[in-house]
Amino acid sequence: MPNVMLKKNTEGKLVFYVPKKDLEEVAESVEFDSPEKWGGEVVLSDGSTYYFEPQPQPDFPVTLRAKRLDSGE
Amino acid sequence: MAALTKEETEALIQEVLEIYPEQARKDRAKHLAVNDQSLEKSNKCITSNRKSLPGTMTIRGCAYAGSKGVVWGPIKDMIHISHGPVGCGQYSRAGRRNYYVGTTGVNAFGTRNFTSDFQEKDIVFGGDKKLAKIMTEIEALFPLHKGISIQSECPIGLIGDDIEAVAKKANKEIGKPVVPVRCEGFRGVSQSLGHHIANDAIRDWVLENRDGDDSFPTTPYDVAVIGDYNIGGDAWASRTLLEEMGLRVVAQWSGDGTIAEMEKTPKVKLNLIHCYRSMNYIARHMEEKYKIPWIEYNFFGPTKIAESLRKIAALFDETIQAGAERVIAKYQAEYEAVIAKYKPRLQGKRVMLYVGGLRPRHVIGAYEDLGMEVVGTGYEFGHNDDYDRTIKEMGNATLIYDDVTGYEFEEFVKRVKPDLIGSGIKEKYIFQKMGIPFRQMHSWDYSGPYHGYDGFAIFARDMDMTLNNPCWKQVNVPWKTADSSKVAVAAGA
Repeated sequence: MPNVMLKKNTEGKLVFYVPKKDLEEVAESVEFDSPEKWGGEVVLSDGSTYYFEPQPQPDFPVTLRAKRLDSGE
Repeated sequence: MAALTKEETEALIQEVLEIYPEQARKDRAKHLAVNDQSLEKSNKCITSNRKSLPGTMTIRGCAYAGSKGVVWGPIKDMIHISHGPVGCGQYSRAGRRNYYVGTTGVNAFGTRNFTSDFQEKDIVFGGDKKLAKIMTEIEALFPLHKGISIQSECPIGLIGDDIEAVAKKANKEIGKPVVPVRCEGFRGVSQSLGHHIANDAIRDWVLENRDGDDSFPTTPYDVAVIGDYNIGGDAWASRTLLEEMGLRVVAQWSGDGTIAEMEKTPKVKLNLIHCYRSMNYIARHMEEKYKIPWIEYNFFGPTKIAESLRKIAALFDETIQAGAERVIAKYQAEYEAVIAKYKPRLQGKRVMLYVGGLRPRHVIGAYEDLGMEVVGTGYEFGHNDDYDRTIKEMGNATLIYDDVTGYEFEEFVKRVKPDLIGSGIKEKYIFQKMGIPFRQMHSWDYSGPYHGYDGFAIFARDMDMTLNNPCWKQVNVPWKTADSSKVAVAAGA
């Protein structure tokens, strides 16, 4: 259950940062991505998947707790 | 000597690793890599920010060095107490040459050493009382100080002193910020965790001090320079460029910085990060809490300066963008003259670097502007995200080494035969005795500034002065003389 810092980069893509692991990745896809419902499975560009409880879209940048689903390759 | 191919470099790494016992060889192999620009992520090729192997000569520092020496130390109007035995503070005193304006001992304290000088009885009975007394004394002797930070040395954590309680009490008594920093040297694997702890202390004890206070008049062009420690005047050389393009520099973190500047930083519009490794934590925090965006920039060498100025300007309106072009045009004749003078003397020379948090990648551009080539680079305490940023800067098939050991570094140098090495004071004399020109790239070998256009002129002069110094022809190393084989046999016997 790492703490993940989320922000939007200049291209409007979601950037995923896990301080403890120096992991800085762009999110490839977000399962739910609308103002009312945001979250679900997030796939990063390195192939790993994280899960956020679906919630109203937060105000980025923000730190949220995520669940790690798999480590990718 | 021609550049090594990828296979040759890989073979070199294997050869150097051979001397280690199996376990150590396995571990060290993960920290040495051949650069491959096609890689997106460094974790595919290199491991970093891991504990150094016992028995190898690492070049790293400790958490106290990261906090007191790097982040907190340069804040000039605060008194930083090295809390613990006297040595840590004394032997690191003023060594980093963080320049500042002020009268030392009156309203600035950068080069002074304040310590609680722990004795046996303080270890046995605890040092809290002594610490409280020190702060009362400081208030009486140096009434113009603007705050105190308590930089813990190892014993504080070991004996479990409650410095936070002492700090809170002292804060009430003297009415100035008192910041306890838990940066005991044994924490973490290198000085890197010290930076993080120091950033967190700033976040918890300083940054919020002026929340809800809007008396500070702001402009749309307010920026903060973060992670510039003013070594040899670096921050000043950077600051002039930013101001000339029309920005207002509200705060300098932390070279020539003050605590008031830090407290005002949450009011700025943009944070500019020079040393990403040591201060990205606070920038990320401010981004989240105060919605202040941040960008990294690089003020080494005209190519990177122009790139950075334009990148910064792009986040502001047209007046700033025009300002950036004006600044670049203004200094063009100056830096072109520098390149015209020194490039012919330095063209094609090869450099190996091994420094701290930002320079292994930041100075590459400056060397390239002078026609030089960086053939090996590495960080003492970089993390994966540093190497991510390095891969693109370095040429293919060049060496990358993380937390290099004394032995590895020497062997690499013997084989790669660079014309110049840039590293720290501990490496300097080894390589000079080997007859290789050396620049101390932590504190610019008592020169500087190297940032900005003004700094580039000094950088170019220094590199030329070192590389083309006739003294290197006078150095006779045993392995270069005719009967070197005999010497080697004798040494081996």
